[in-house]
Amino acid sequence: MLRSLNGIFAILSKEMIQMSRDRLTFAMILMIPVVQLVLFGYAINTDPKHLATAVHVEEQTPMVRSILTGMKNSDYFDFILTTGNGEETESLLRDGKVSFVLSIPAGFTKALIRGEQPQLLLEADASDPAAASNAMAQIRQIVLQALQPDLTGPLSYLAVSADPVDVVVHRAYNPEGITQYNIVPGLVGVILTMTMVMITSMAMTREVERGTMENLLAMPVKPYQVMFGKITPYIFVGIIQTFIILAAAHFLFRVPFAGSMSVLALGVSLFILANLALGFTFSTIARSQMQAMQLTIFFFLPSILLSGFMFPFRGMPIWAQWIGEALPLTHFLRIIRGVMLKDTPGMALLNEFAAIGLFMLVVGAIAMKRYRRTLD
Amino acid sequence: MREKALQQNLSDDLAIDVCDLVKDFGSKRAVDKVSIQMPRGQVWGFLGPNGSGKTTTIRMICGLLEPTSGYGNCLGLDIQKEADAIKKATGYMTQKFSFWEDMTIRENLAFVARLYQLHPIKQVVDETLKTLGLFDRQHQLAGHLSGGWKQRLALAAVTMHNPALLLLDEPTAGVDPQARRDFWDEIHRLAGSGMTVLVSTHYMDEAERCDRIVYLSHGKIMVQGRVQEIVKEVGLVTFKATGDGARERVEAFRRDDRVDYASYFGAALHISARDRQALQAAIGEFGDGLQWQEIETGLEDAFIALSQMQHMQSNTSGKG
Ligand SMILES: Nc1ncnc2c1ncn2[C@@H]1O[C@H](COP(=O)(O)OP(=O)(O)O)[C@@H](O)[C@H]1O
Ligand SMILES: [Mg+2]
Repeated sequence: MLRSLNGIFAILSKEMIQMSRDRLTFAMILMIPVVQLVLFGYAINTDPKHLATAVHVEEQTPMVRSILTGMKNSDYFDFILTTGNGEETESLLRDGKVSFVLSIPAGFTKALIRGEQPQLLLEADASDPAAASNAMAQIRQIVLQALQPDLTGPLSYLAVSADPVDVVVHRAYNPEGITQYNIVPGLVGVILTMTMVMITSMAMTREVERGTMENLLAMPVKPYQVMFGKITPYIFVGIIQTFIILAAAHFLFRVPFAGSMSVLALGVSLFILANLALGFTFSTIARSQMQAMQLTIFFFLPSILLSGFMFPFRGMPIWAQWIGEALPLTHFLRIIRGVMLKDTPGMALLNEFAAIGLFMLVVGAIAMKRYRRTLD
Repeated sequence: MREKALQQNLSDDLAIDVCDLVKDFGSKRAVDKVSIQMPRGQVWGFLGPNGSGKTTTIRMICGLLEPTSGYGNCLGLDIQKEADAIKKATGYMTQKFSFWEDMTIRENLAFVARLYQLHPIKQVVDETLKTLGLFDRQHQLAGHLSGGWKQRLALAAVTMHNPALLLLDEPTAGVDPQARRDFWDEIHRLAGSGMTVLVSTHYMDEAERCDRIVYLSHGKIMVQGRVQEIVKEVGLVTFKATGDGARERVEAFRRDDRVDYASYFGAALHISARDRQALQAAIGEFGDGLQWQEIETGLEDAFIALSQMQHMQSNTSGKG
């Protein structure tokens, strides 16, 4: 036991020394989260206005006009066309000609006056959540405000009661409603996937490229000692990155943190280990740092595309969902989004933890099997 | 079954005892039926031109490459099954510098000391640094050292755990003469303390510092034994010519079938052949006006003649 720890510690301290001398890698480790946050953060922070909107209105009354004027004045909505039938609006949305379709049915005003809370339907193309989300968040407020001047005299009771109008927002193409709140926690997973896999796979292939591998192989050190020794320093790197992103999530983007810190810490640790194990496995396949990098990207792309980070998971075709289920990022996203946004209890996430753990074991076993003890 | 029985005969007094080692890389045979029986406590030279299979053989001996066929022991341990134990008991200095260039001398040594579990680390490292005269440079990055100092560091690192067998792969390539001499003094000091040393090199003068040499060509052992014996065994007669115009004659001698080997040494011309009569006849024909003198054949002449006479290989290999 002590002997095996000794070997791990030897590799670990060597790795720490080398990491401290390699400024480029160190800068990369810190810069990647910052750059990604700025990129995504920019998209998140933009508050797109003047979004093309089609109007499908079946009656023209002063109140309806007030609503339309109020929406227009909010600067979010540009009414580019008025349509007569519902089918047409559907295709407009699907083809991306408009971002919103506003529908006000006949009899809306009468129902409103009677206090029946008639429906006002805003259909949104939510496939680009960053673009549409602010407008969707504001619509109710805009409508109520626009009606305020009309609800005077005998109608003033409507202004103080529950909402006089039932504003229904229909998120087409993105029923899960991925919003900016989902993206920032997701970034933790994306950045860890990218950097953890890349750093470990390159740290090993570097030994091969520089010829130091022969020396390492000639000395009495076992594969698992090399693996743990190489991986451990990067666990701390991953934790630092996580802190950077979570701090940004909290202070810059005001993402709420609803759930348990310790469940999240457990999820992050497990996820970091799984990715490090994968990086180590890649290093047993790649023969150069270049190949290690390519393998990383080869893994990274499906991870961001099929994990539910970019596109809503349930909206993907079944085969894509199956691939997604095999990726640790998919499960990590469910953990971190669940914990941060919905206060999902740890027990309810057991399956996700188990999936990541399984991935780690399989990948680690492959690494141990593939690790070359000779130069062959 | 037969192989098993043979293996039992491998003796424990031998530091290296390998039999018919073969290594193929794809269709290329890098090492072809190499057998070496090297007693403990000696210094042996491993010679041969570039690409002759020296590195590959050394790697098989210390368990870093699986032989394609063949078997053997290193320090009484099976080279295929007991590679871990071999690694603990040998020191292997690679041909290309393979320590960590982004770590200091001290950090490199401390890393090695930790892996071999040498205690107390600080003391062991300090002593090693002092013995090898590296103490003042201990905080320099290994990558910033000159060739000679890198070799010193590597030697220090592979001998720190006091291995029974030292395998040095071209340790003095690209090192200046003074540093080479110091390096060899160090090798003999280590041998004096009981280490068995196998050094690969292609410097002939270094071969003469070894108890025995093994000469490899195209993956096969062409000859092995003491330097004097080998020279004798090759059986060359060598004449040296001095005087005006010695240099101009070399082409004529090279073309002549009776001469095995002709070359300059400074202003002098050396010609060698195995057949004294034929050689003298050739001198009679092309050697007018030069001063001729018979000399002892040098090892280099012997080896070059050897590699031109491939057919000799079958008669001499295996002796030793
Ligand atoms: N890993 C390898 N893959 C393919 N060929 C190799 C490998 N290592 C050595 N060789 C070939 O085997 C032959 C012997 O090489 P080597 O043992 O390095 O010779 P030496 O050390 O005597 O210069 C050379 O032709 C070399 O190209
Ligand atoms: Mg070599």
